[in-house]
Amino acid sequence: MNILEAKNVTMQFGGLKAVDNFNLTLIQGELAGLIGPNGAGKTTVFNCLTGVYKPTHGTVHLSGVDTEPLKPFQISHLGISRTFQNIRLFKDLTVLENVLIASNQHAKHTMLDSIARLPRHFREEARLRDKAMELLRIFNLEGKSSIESGGLPYGEQRKLEIIRALATDPKVLFLDEPAAGMNHKETEGLMDTIAKIRKDFGLTVLLIEHDMKLVMGICERILVLDHGVTIAQGNPDSIRKDPKVIAAYLGVDEGGH
Amino acid sequence: MSDFSQEFIQHLINGISLGSIYALIALGYTMVYGILQLINFAHSEVYMIGAFAAYYAVKLTSTVLGVTLVPGFLTLVFLIVVAMIVCSVLGLTIERLAYRPLRKAPKLNILITAIGVSLLLQNAGQLLFGADPKFFPNVMEDSTLATFGVAELRLFDVVVLGVGVFFMTALTWMIQNTKTGKAMRAVSSNATVASLMGINVNYIIGITFVIGSSLAGVGAILVGMKYPKIEPLMGALIGLKAFVAAVLGGIGSLTGAVLGGVIMGLCEEMVVAYLSSTYRDAFAFGLLILILIFRPAGLLGKASQEKV
Amino acid sequence: MNDTPVKKIWKSIGTPVLSIVGFAILGQLIEGSTNQYVQLVCLGALANIIFAISLNLVNGFTGQFSIGHAGFMAVGAYVSGYLSTEVVKVPGLFDFFWFAIAGGLVAAAAGYVVGLPSLRLRGDYLAIVTLGFGEIIRVILINTPAVGGARGMGNIPRPVQVEIGEYALTPWYLYFLVAGFFVAISFIVLWRLTHSTHGRAFLSVREDEIAAQAMGIDTTKVKVRAFVISSFFCGISGAVFAHANQYLNPSTFTFTKSVDAIVMVVLGGLGSLTGSVVAAVGITFLMELGLRQVTEMIGIDLRMVIYPLILIFFMILRPQGIFGTKELPDLWRRR
Repeated sequence: MNILEAKNVTMQFGGLKAVDNFNLTLIQGELAGLIGPNGAGKTTVFNCLTGVYKPTHGTVHLSGVDTEPLKPFQISHLGISRTFQNIRLFKDLTVLENVLIASNQHAKHTMLDSIARLPRHFREEARLRDKAMELLRIFNLEGKSSIESGGLPYGEQRKLEIIRALATDPKVLFLDEPAAGMNHKETEGLMDTIAKIRKDFGLTVLLIEHDMKLVMGICERILVLDHGVTIAQGNPDSIRKDPKVIAAYLGVDEGGH
Repeated sequence: MSDFSQEFIQHLINGISLGSIYALIALGYTMVYGILQLINFAHSEVYMIGAFAAYYAVKLTSTVLGVTLVPGFLTLVFLIVVAMIVCSVLGLTIERLAYRPLRKAPKLNILITAIGVSLLLQNAGQLLFGADPKFFPNVMEDSTLATFGVAELRLFDVVVLGVGVFFMTALTWMIQNTKTGKAMRAVSSNATVASLMGINVNYIIGITFVIGSSLAGVGAILVGMKYPKIEPLMGALIGLKAFVAAVLGGIGSLTGAVLGGVIMGLCEEMVVAYLSSTYRDAFAFGLLILILIFRPAGLLGKASQEKV
Repeated sequence: MNDTPVKKIWKSIGTPVLSIVGFAILGQLIEGSTNQYVQLVCLGALANIIFAISLNLVNGFTGQFSIGHAGFMAVGAYVSGYLSTEVVKVPGLFDFFWFAIAGGLVAAAAGYVVGLPSLRLRGDYLAIVTLGFGEIIRVILINTPAVGGARGMGNIPRPVQVEIGEYALTPWYLYFLVAGFFVAISFIVLWRLTHSTHGRAFLSVREDEIAAQAMGIDTTKVKVRAFVISSFFCGISGAVFAHANQYLNPSTFTFTKSVDAIVMVVLGGLGSLTGSVVAAVGITFLMELGLRQVTEMIGIDLRMVIYPLILIFFMILRPQGIFGTKELPDLWRRR
């Protein structure tokens, strides 16, 4: 089943086409990679798919629903969640609060329940808290739940972003360079965790990386973006051998630009 | 021409004259905002001090030097220079003592400091100068230059407009053509990068305050000439309106400030003439809210999109 | 989870009941030990507490920046003042409760009207719109003869003295109870709100709107909510203010009044309700009692000069306020 369908998505900023005619179909449960050199337009694709930017042309359907009129929070309610390349945690809030905010949409108690401190308030707050702690445990962060998230080491901040994204109960998870700034060993650990949560939560995952080697190991399908244009897509082996991809990564001039 | 259109011309003249004063003061707000992203609430008090500087300058020249200033063009120039100097020194001092220590602090803190400085100057002014209004010295004799039926063109309006246009043109030339002007634009666009390019950011910020404050000084003389009653709280309302003018035009944009000032002046004059004088101030803000709803960054401001 | 019904009820109404009892005792203590002037200042302090904590919801918790909250206060003050002087001539004790709530509701409606279009604006622009709104309210009040116009509105009543045998509950004490009730309710509602799932939505907007949206938070709705709740309580603070002073004038609700609240919120710490309470009480007493003494001693009114100086030094030396985003109880808790 196609869970996400993007057709002819184009994003233009002034005279610059950051994304040109981007097409993507994600099948339920797959783990796809979106790679390309710096500035290729990968993050812009994410922003178009999650509603941060409204694409200049093209359509995005999530589980058959057209996301064009929807705001980012509504798209999140439909089941897309994401992390940010330049880490956007709520950094003055604790690790636990970060996760709890993401589960707000699943709270069954109203504001009045909370103001009157009715039993439902305590029941729901406890339920959400337990669920958040459960997620933190998967990433071994439960011991740091009451630390301000801005004070976490870099790698753990990236992990917390993934946890926070998971707390919205997504169907599709977008990860924007989750391994940036990590060393080789940390990266391998992270990739294992991603593979694991994908299985446990039945997720469809789209992963951005600019380092090709990292994604080759876990992605079943890879799209390569360069200057906003999809220059190749296929399984890791075919991508590795594709001359256009090699040229883009090595910076070979293809006809002068 | 009908009486109506003659009256209308009169209001047009008055409105543009008032508007050019708003524009002068609005420039100070917009320049500081462009460079520090700070609403410099103290700017209206710098303007007030400018008026008092001229008042005391006339007093001192007659008591200390024994020279009585004859109303005329030279007196106007003299008072403008005095007000510009005093205002620049004050603006620079405020920047140095109150804002510079907070350069890296959250925006809100600097804003509150600015409000604090504004309150301090207002209240200190009341202690020093007394709360009762004083009469601004006679700068030059007003006269009617031309009449169109009931409408008349008065010398003051021409002087106000002339002085206003002179300083605005000078500022624009400076920003466009001099090295300092270019550095100011660079700092306003990106202070960090500008400092990496070898621009002394603190110096440029200082210059910005000097220019903005001295324009407020010029504005003070022009207002004093037209409405010769000055008091320590005189800056609050006109400052607010000048600021509204800056926002209306698109804060950070010099042309916007001038445009906003003229629109404010004209609207105010027309509202008083044709609608209601008691709702004059409410109208200014109503207009602002309306414009911001349709153009959230003001008329000439650029909406910036945050990078995600 | 397996609480007895009694405990469940206590969890809901325990703190409100206790704090109202606390105010009843506090009122007796104040009345027994101070003069009328100090008593008047105490009522003013209660109004300021509500004013400050309500502004903190917008400026501190939600990270928006209103500098026109005096407008909402004016709305609440005038609506409740008008009800008690013109509509109900001799109000009974319980009338004062619904006067305040009516004032709060009208202010909340005003908050909705201002909040909705302003939400397209960010930071300073929003600030200016709220400022403009405050000024517009003031001009309207000056031009409304029904509420006294520029002369203002006088003779706003207090509750009628109640005598129980030989013992008398004075009008001041009775109104102190009303005001205390609203302080307790405002504080507890805001506290419980901010310490819950729904309250964390406010914080997420303050911290990072784009991330909040991506996590499914309807940031527009959250901002409107903050504005409406805040202006409701701000209106209530106006009602308390009206009946504390028993006189209203449009010139009270200028930009300076909004600045007062901002100062309290910032000095107490943005996002700290207890900080706002401490700062509101502290500043009210400093201005009315402390600095007035100094003024009388040296014969020059330095109050308004010292106040901004304190503000400036505070901003430079302790920019995060007294408590930062911490609450009073956090200071005892081990870290």
